[in-house]
Amino acid sequence: MATKVVERKPLSIWERSYLPQVVGGLKITFKNMFKPTVTLEYPEERPEIPPGYRGVPTLVRDPNGREKCVSCQLCEFVCPPKAIRITPGEIPEESESRHVEKGPKEFEINMLRCIYCGFCQEVCPEEAIWLQDIYSLSGYSREEMVNNKQKLYELGGTLPDPYYKWDRKKQAELEGNPHH
Amino acid sequence: MDWIDILLKVIYALVMVAVVMTIAGYSVLAERKIASWIQGRVGPNRTALPGLSALPVIGPMLVKLGIWQPLADGVKFLFKEDPIPGHVKKFYYVLAPMISLAPALITMVVLPFGVYYVDGQAMPLVLANVDIGILFILAVSSLGVYGIILAGWASNSKYPFLGGIRASAQMISYELAMGLALLPVFMWFAPETGGSLNLFNLVQAQGNHMWGVLPAWTIFYQPLGALIFLVSLFAETNRAPFDMPESETDLVAGFNTEYGAFKFGLFFLGEYTHIIIGSGVFVTLFLGGWNLPWITMPAGILGAALSILVFLGKTCALIFLFIWVRWTLPRFRYDQVMTLGWKKLLPLAVANFVLYLIIIALIEG
Repeated sequence: MATKVVERKPLSIWERSYLPQVVGGLKITFKNMFKPTVTLEYPEERPEIPPGYRGVPTLVRDPNGREKCVSCQLCEFVCPPKAIRITPGEIPEESESRHVEKGPKEFEINMLRCIYCGFCQEVCPEEAIWLQDIYSLSGYSREEMVNNKQKLYELGGTLPDPYYKWDRKKQAELEGNPHH
Repeated sequence: MDWIDILLKVIYALVMVAVVMTIAGYSVLAERKIASWIQGRVGPNRTALPGLSALPVIGPMLVKLGIWQPLADGVKFLFKEDPIPGHVKKFYYVLAPMISLAPALITMVVLPFGVYYVDGQAMPLVLANVDIGILFILAVSSLGVYGIILAGWASNSKYPFLGGIRASAQMISYELAMGLALLPVFMWFAPETGGSLNLFNLVQAQGNHMWGVLPAWTIFYQPLGALIFLVSLFAETNRAPFDMPESETDLVAGFNTEYGAFKFGLFFLGEYTHIIIGSGVFVTLFLGGWNLPWITMPAGILGAALSILVFLGKTCALIFLFIWVRWTLPRFRYDQVMTLGWKKLLPLAVANFVLYLIIIALIEG
């Protein structure tokens, strides 16, 4: 293989005095002073959260405003730090969504334990629990850091639903095909 | 001396201390701001005063510039808890920060910062117009290093100790070159000043023009001397790239390690006061003090104010240089500092000295 020997010239006295390099460095830093800053001024400006970000876990409603969670407790079981606690409850007789098997009476996620792994979202058969783009949370007490059901729905809001599983089930039931 | 005279002197001194301390506070701000700009950041831009920051346009602008930050810093230093570690030598530990600040404040006594013309007679604006001017500054400013050595020793732990030792070694190495670079300056202007070491006369002599065009600032005639003095000044004020006593990468925080709260604040203030006074001395010796080329100052109060402004402007430019260099150059290694001091600067200073001896002899002979 052809090797090219680069001649390494000895430094001249002027170069050995460091001064040209010092002046060169000063020029660079001086130019830098007039460049725009790269700072994101945090509380006023917020970073853009990329899709798929695993933020605070939340509960979502379907576009009809019905809660999606059916209290199957899979997330509670899969949660590695045991941050989720669900108290299953019956759905009242007169409710429109009576045909859904169950609903959570209480749903608590302890954010002091949560590790944002996203297993709960992955395991949820109803796509009811989502890790969304909330990345900063704070509180004055430990109790405050436990998100209850109401808070979780507040944070979660409504996400679009491509399936409407329980609506279809109800429709099937009305059409006389309960085993749809 | 009348008691009125004494009172006036005290008031002048207090005013000067206030001004220098204010400049010191704001050079800390300048340091932070310039550092951020160089690094593409924003710097302190949050501190606001309740009343003033509510002004329509100026208020938020001043806040953005961080104008109130030094106030907040000062208040923080004052009100922090001031613990004294159990292992230190208490008396010297407390004494050290004072010793490091006091010499810087004392040297400004002989630093002339302006000129006032009374009946065509130039009167210096200075606290004490002593004939040994520069000798006084050299003698007193070197005492500042005692504070650092004392801090290093009294802290009774290894990093401050190493910092103190480095400070003393560095001071000894660079003081020589500094003194030697100064001598030709005073010899050069000996015809005008009558050979005295008075700083005011030296600055007035720099107001002349060579052949009516070139201003007689020393830096134009002795650039090498100016460079040696500047480098030594960086070393003497413990500024990067010569901040050996502190070198936070290898010595934690050097002599500062065991200090906190107001005592650290004193060291901090002392460092910046040294920079200001050092810049002032450099302006006086090499940059023509309050002289502007081709412009004669108007007489009276206006002229005096202008001369002070020019002097302050030049000093601030030099402070900017100090900050600019700090955020550009990496720190020298300890042995490199010693090599530069003893093997490069000292011979260079001697050569410079001899060269100007010959030149001056030729001119006058």
